[in-house]
Amino acid sequence: MRRISIAVFAACLGVFAPAGAEAEEGAELTHQSWSFAGMFGTYDRAAAQRGLQVYTEVCAACHSLSLLSYRHLSGIGLDEDAIEAIAAAVTVTDGPNDEGDMFDRPGRPADRFVAPFANDKAARAANNGAFPPDLSLIVKARPGGADYVYALLTGYEEPPAGFELQDGMNYNAYFTGHQIAMPAPLSDDAVTYADGTPATVAQMAHDLTTFFAWSAEPEAEARKRMGVKVVLFLIVLTFLFYAVKRKVWRGLH
Amino acid sequence: MSAPVFKNPIVRWVDYRLPIFSFMHHEMHEYPAPRNLNYWWNFGSLSGIVLMAMIVTGIVLAMHYTPHADMAFASVERIMRDVNYGWLIRYIHMNGGSMFFLLVYIHIFRGLYYGSYKAPRELLWILGVVILLLMMATAFMGYVLPWGQMSFWGATVITNLFSAIPWVGESVVAWLWGGFAVDNPTLNRFYSLHYLLPFAILGVVFLHMWALHRFGSNNPLGIDTKGPQDTIPFHPYYTYKDLYGLGVFLIVFAIFVFFAPNFFGEPDNYIQADPLVTPTHIVPEWYLLPYYAILRAITFDIWFLEAKLIGVIAMFASILLLMFLPWLDRSPVRSAKFRPIYKWVFWVFVIDCVILGVVGANAPGDLVFPNPEAVPDPETGDLPGFKYLLLGQIATAYYFLHLLAVIPLLGLLERPLPVPHSISRPVAAGAGVRRMEKA
Ligand code: HEC
Ligand code: HEM
Repeated sequence: MRRISIAVFAACLGVFAPAGAEAEEGAELTHQSWSFAGMFGTYDRAAAQRGLQVYTEVCAACHSLSLLSYRHLSGIGLDEDAIEAIAAAVTVTDGPNDEGDMFDRPGRPADRFVAPFANDKAARAANNGAFPPDLSLIVKARPGGADYVYALLTGYEEPPAGFELQDGMNYNAYFTGHQIAMPAPLSDDAVTYADGTPATVAQMAHDLTTFFAWSAEPEAEARKRMGVKVVLFLIVLTFLFYAVKRKVWRGLH
Repeated sequence: MSAPVFKNPIVRWVDYRLPIFSFMHHEMHEYPAPRNLNYWWNFGSLSGIVLMAMIVTGIVLAMHYTPHADMAFASVERIMRDVNYGWLIRYIHMNGGSMFFLLVYIHIFRGLYYGSYKAPRELLWILGVVILLLMMATAFMGYVLPWGQMSFWGATVITNLFSAIPWVGESVVAWLWGGFAVDNPTLNRFYSLHYLLPFAILGVVFLHMWALHRFGSNNPLGIDTKGPQDTIPFHPYYTYKDLYGLGVFLIVFAIFVFFAPNFFGEPDNYIQADPLVTPTHIVPEWYLLPYYAILRAITFDIWFLEAKLIGVIAMFASILLLMFLPWLDRSPVRSAKFRPIYKWVFWVFVIDCVILGVVGANAPGDLVFPNPEAVPDPETGDLPGFKYLLLGQIATAYYFLHLLAVIPLLGLLERPLPVPHSISRPVAAGAGVRRMEKA
């Protein structure tokens, strides 16, 4: 016990952390232009909906999106009918019913996004021991945020000469250590967009990232809208306070 | 001071039996304050307001939060997504913690600059240090509640510190955890204490105010008020000045809450806690970084004391020492305005604390000035050059040197400038400092 706690302690303090760890970290991110950036940014609805399509057709085979319910999709501009259709397309295990049995039924808008694997162990087993993380918060959970997710999805390349790639791993310039267990998930025309947008890797990565930015911060638009009003109000209020303060203090000699 | 006459008959009726309105009138309206307080005196009342905001938002969060290792993370996300304005409440609470420390640190440095800790305000100062300690404990435990990766590993690192206590360390840690690792019992007790401690802070704040009102505020000149010509009633003068300051502060606060709510946060805390995956860099919240740097600065055993134990002692000593400041500083003059050397040394100390913060945020083995050409040692992976570890050791050494040597020596060696006779007659009282202080 003592040994373990000392080791944990030492590791945590990083006193013996391998120096030059930054060499292991991913390549520098290039800044993309995002519809949702800045004080007045909003999610590009069409892009987010296309992102949802790519997630559903490609990523959902491995990654869950467990913090989202289908009904939340109204946040990217889908109407009730569309949401019901999306929910109805999945099978949800519900129960137990009055007989005590679990049963399958079509999804409803109130259901959470159905996960591809029953549990983490199953997810690992299907992915050579690597765990495909839940993507609901991915944009908030990585330094670099949206730029990182975009760079990761477009960052698959041939390993440089002399790079030792482990079995079953893939080279990605932006992933810590440059070796990632996820095979390149996107290739040109992996999906067919209903709106005719050409499905290049860059386009899909951009749409997916917009979708995940929304899934990480669905409140962002309402937050920023309220923020503008609150700050304007506070500025007026502060001027008033200042005026009153000046007036009160003027009488003082 | 005459008893106020209240117009409202109900107020009059109550006040006759329970003179609470007289008390409030006395402590808030006619309470005499020095007339020359500058804006650095706004930070105390601002801290109090933020404390109230933390308690209110915390109580609302607690209505929706689930203190269980399996559910805490999801319950916080539920607050963010499904509770009406839950994101607002949580972001106010989350950023409020940072704002609270920012305000309190400014408040403390204000006290250091103007010598507010000196007689007769020693207890007032000590109560302030107690508040700081309670705040640190509260914020540390609050940060564990969302049960993200930093929550979990921060808790693991900090609780592990107690294993440095000789002989009983291991048992103490197991007792703190309620098991053999940070787990559900740890989360539960932290939640309980995180709910309790803010009210303890409230109690100490009350004592802090009581002690303040005994002698009133210090002021930028650091001299005692000599009579009514030096003071003005707190209301309306300082109530409106405080309100103006509050407005400015709320603008800053709102910009963080609405436009950069995760500015002070770590992305890792949006990953649910996983005892099997250690994050590459475990860092506490920014307001605890200087202490973390002091903790990590000690990498050598001294005699029979293990490095780890000394680090822990140094970290706690860095705060506890502040309590002795009124006796470490022998200078008869309070305000740095009239202390030609201390005035500069004060800023050295401020910069030293900032450097400690920067060191705390970086890995000790990293270079302060990154050098892409540096070749790591083939055996140890060590980079040659000026590392954060050394910078941290220098800054830690200065921290203690400042409190234990520079301040006491300055009290003896520095020749203060002549101090004004009174606030309302800001003319130097040629006769010198010492007499004035005794008057
Ligand atoms: C065949 C299964 C599979 C598919 C399909 C897949 N992934 Fe992954 N993904 C993984 C695995 C496994 C990991 C863990 C990689 C590791 O830790 O090395 C991962 C990791 C990730 C990460 C986290 C990288 C990090 O910084 O830790 C992101 C982001 C990601 N995937 C996005 C996607 C997106 C977007 C798609 C759809 C276009 C997708 N994945 C499709 C298996 C998959
Ligand atoms: C001294 C004042 C307080 C400070 C400094 C403080 C600090 C914090 C911090 C830093 C967090 C983590 C926020 C995050 O990363 O998500 C937190 C969370 C929390 N606090 Fe407090 N807090 C205070 C008062 C209170 C009070 C009075 C309550 C309840 C009565 C409370 C209830 C909670 C709850 C339920 C959480 C978890 C939810 C969340 O993480 O957002 N807090 N607190």
